[in-house]
Amino acid sequence: MSSTTAAHHDEHHDHPTGIMRWLTTTNHKDIGTMYLTFSLIMFLVGGAMILAVRAELFQPGLQLMKPEFYNQLIGVHALVMIFAALMPAATGFANWMLPLQIGAPDMALPRLNNWGFWLLPPAAILLTLPFTLALFGIGDGAIATGWTFYAPLSIQGGMGVDFAIFSVHLLGVSSVLGSINVIVTILNMRAPGMTLMKMPMFAWAWLVTAFLLIATIPVLAGAVTMLLTDRHFGTHFFDAAGGGDPILFQHLFWFFGHPEVYIVLLPIWGFMPQILQTFSRKPMYGYKAQVISLWAIGALALVVWAHHFFTVGMPVPALLYFMYSTMAISLPLAVLFFCWIATIWKGSLSFETPMLFATGWIVLFGIGGLTGLVLADVAADAQYHHSYFVVAHFHYTLFAGGMMGVMSGVYYWLPKMTGHMFNERLGKLHFWLTAISFNLTFIPQFFLGLAGMPRRIPDYALQFAEFNAISTVAAFVLGLSQLIFVYNIVSCARGGKKATDRVWEGAEGLEWTLPSPPPYHSFTEQPTVK
Amino acid sequence: MVMQFLKKAGLGVMLAMISLAAHAEYTWNFPMPATPMAADTLHVHNKFMVIVMIIFLVVLGIMIYSIVNHRKSKGHEAASFSGPSTKSQVVWTLVPFAILLYIDFVLMGIPAYHSIVMMEDTKTNADMVVKVTGSQWRWQYEYMDGEAQGVKFVSNLITPQDQIDNKAEKGKDYLLEVDNHLVLPVGKKVRVLLTSTDVIHNWWVPAFGSARDAIPGFLRETWVRVDVPGTYRGQCKELCGKGHGFMPVVVDAVSAEEYTKWIADQKTKLAAASAGADKVWTKEELVAHGKEVYVKNCAVCHQAEGQGLPPTFPALHGSKIATGPIFDAEGKLVKDGHLDRVFNGKGVMPAWKGVLNDTDIASVITFERNGLGNAVGDVLQPAQVKALR
Repeated sequence: MSSTTAAHHDEHHDHPTGIMRWLTTTNHKDIGTMYLTFSLIMFLVGGAMILAVRAELFQPGLQLMKPEFYNQLIGVHALVMIFAALMPAATGFANWMLPLQIGAPDMALPRLNNWGFWLLPPAAILLTLPFTLALFGIGDGAIATGWTFYAPLSIQGGMGVDFAIFSVHLLGVSSVLGSINVIVTILNMRAPGMTLMKMPMFAWAWLVTAFLLIATIPVLAGAVTMLLTDRHFGTHFFDAAGGGDPILFQHLFWFFGHPEVYIVLLPIWGFMPQILQTFSRKPMYGYKAQVISLWAIGALALVVWAHHFFTVGMPVPALLYFMYSTMAISLPLAVLFFCWIATIWKGSLSFETPMLFATGWIVLFGIGGLTGLVLADVAADAQYHHSYFVVAHFHYTLFAGGMMGVMSGVYYWLPKMTGHMFNERLGKLHFWLTAISFNLTFIPQFFLGLAGMPRRIPDYALQFAEFNAISTVAAFVLGLSQLIFVYNIVSCARGGKKATDRVWEGAEGLEWTLPSPPPYHSFTEQPTVK
Repeated sequence: MVMQFLKKAGLGVMLAMISLAAHAEYTWNFPMPATPMAADTLHVHNKFMVIVMIIFLVVLGIMIYSIVNHRKSKGHEAASFSGPSTKSQVVWTLVPFAILLYIDFVLMGIPAYHSIVMMEDTKTNADMVVKVTGSQWRWQYEYMDGEAQGVKFVSNLITPQDQIDNKAEKGKDYLLEVDNHLVLPVGKKVRVLLTSTDVIHNWWVPAFGSARDAIPGFLRETWVRVDVPGTYRGQCKELCGKGHGFMPVVVDAVSAEEYTKWIADQKTKLAAASAGADKVWTKEELVAHGKEVYVKNCAVCHQAEGQGLPPTFPALHGSKIATGPIFDAEGKLVKDGHLDRVFNGKGVMPAWKGVLNDTDIASVITFERNGLGNAVGDVLQPAQVKALR
């Protein structure tokens, strides 16, 4: 993508080039590109980790790794995928598209924007460095507690936990900075005439996301800091022997952790209706209802956290409250689904790659949502909880609902960003391989969970062997299919058929009024919205 | 080309699936319920699955209809609506919302309420109490009242390491077999108290439908009433470190007569063990018994040859603690000495005081000092351990 924006460089005399351009850039498109590239790289890193795990699970018995290393892989996989792949992808889109969509020249706080990105690579290095250090005999590897840091296991853990704590701090700072930037940009820099209720849905969704981040990241930061002082400075926040409570950690963690799910998904719910409307050639259905639902989900997300640990033992009223409030989320979410489907209803549909991903996304994310509804039931949750059923459920929400949504967005905006069309045939192949192998990977895991296989075990009883074998084979197909995605992006950035300004026949919105790729400083004349 | 490839690939996958299915047994749902709670859970699960399947298929049907019929390539002209325009349309958009409201809070919500109340009522008509203690990586059971009061034992995985390392054929109950089964009488409501000595564990038997965390420093509770005699197997369900996959739960549900007989056996064993603490053992006897105790309890961290897994799990071979003095000149326990460490634990090392009996502790210490390449030469007698209690 760098080569294409370079063309617009000549207009600027004092611009550094080479590596200094990327280190010092305050341009929202450069920063967006860096976020998206970082996200893609970490997606591959996290994917490689989990393929090693799936390889170990191919058959019963320990073949490839020790349980200690296995525990490190599963936790770091999750942290990488959530914090270093999904969240940066959403921020990358925000950087690239928000200013274009609302008619602003750039993000409101460009230097902060630069800093927000450059905190990420050190954080990723901190998270994965213990793997390398262990090879040289320093420490015993990365964090091995799963991504949830549960005390007292995390208090017992090695220095990998400390690395992960500092990494989370950096990631948190980066997210809060990004959120402040998004809020300031959206509230202050919209083109004249663009009232809040005329804003693109993506801007609305990111506004909710940003508020959620600011509300919850400090709680996570506090929780992991308490963990750090428990580990090294003699406090007893999570140690019953000193008057603390291990469950306090779970409350604090999930107060962040549940909204985090929506933090990852909301930006996708923002741009998805725009994609659906483009390829349906028909206006978005229920704009107002969607905006209200996004806010309702954002608010509910903050008050349902304890459904992540029903099995710790809670008073009955608490169980009932968290169950019913969790079920209530299905209502605004159903409104969104209704609006998405009503948007394509009676449209004039065509299925280019972004639309393929978008429709596949509705169906698969729907499975994630519906299984989430049954998980809300406390009694049944005793069986589902911490079994492979839950693993399958949250991969339907976070891989299908998250990653496949991001892929849809990438294909949708890639021609706008690079100025070239990608290879449509490869895009479609990528979709079909991803969708099919994804289902073959995770449908067996639903059954494994029902049959009684706990998650996070490196070895399993013989009755789980067949489904695990299928899941592993499919996971490798899923992983390797993503190389098509990488190839398609890289070759699209390098060249290809010239993209038009509008790119897609039915595309609406300010970003499509600019050339592809847009000039370095976007709008030279401020657009107005009627 | 793409479609042809997909058809071929799809066919291949289908064939592979069919051949796999023909050769293997698959479980598609929860195991057969053995308790009222599991029966309830299965019922709830089946009902919900039907409901969400219907929702899914209806929505998918609508989408497929639209995808097939509203295509540009078929010349379908796009409509221009962006919301309900008439009053009746507004009402119609509210219908799915109302249906969902009904499903959430009536169809699912009301039975769920009753299930929760049943699940959490551990005390009403409880016949007996069993305390379950999780430790890295074994379960400990203690009968708190009734005829079995005082019976107490540790339950360890007995799957040989060779099977796990693929050096030997895997047995039928691979990873789900333990030395001492928890034995419960059929048809009795057992109140299960849970706690832990180190990190959070979760005591789970799928056929019982109950899973509850064992939390260090706190008591949690659940209950089981096994109505069908048999052996039930489950596992720890909360990540608890490197042995998480290796701490199964095995429960035998037996008739009242068998239960009484089993208790008598247990009490004889306990008496023998405490009698053993009073006699003087030879070094050979202690080393031989100590080796058994070591393999079962210590080898998972300190390894079979005592080489350990540094830095987390130190080696015992040549260790300062395992070759240093146990008692000082005045006969007092040396702080951070061998017996103190085994007895009271420190950091990751669990306290074995409440887990192993005097004979086991004395034997394993004697073994560690005179085996694993160490040759201190001294002997620790069970009576010396008993004196410290």
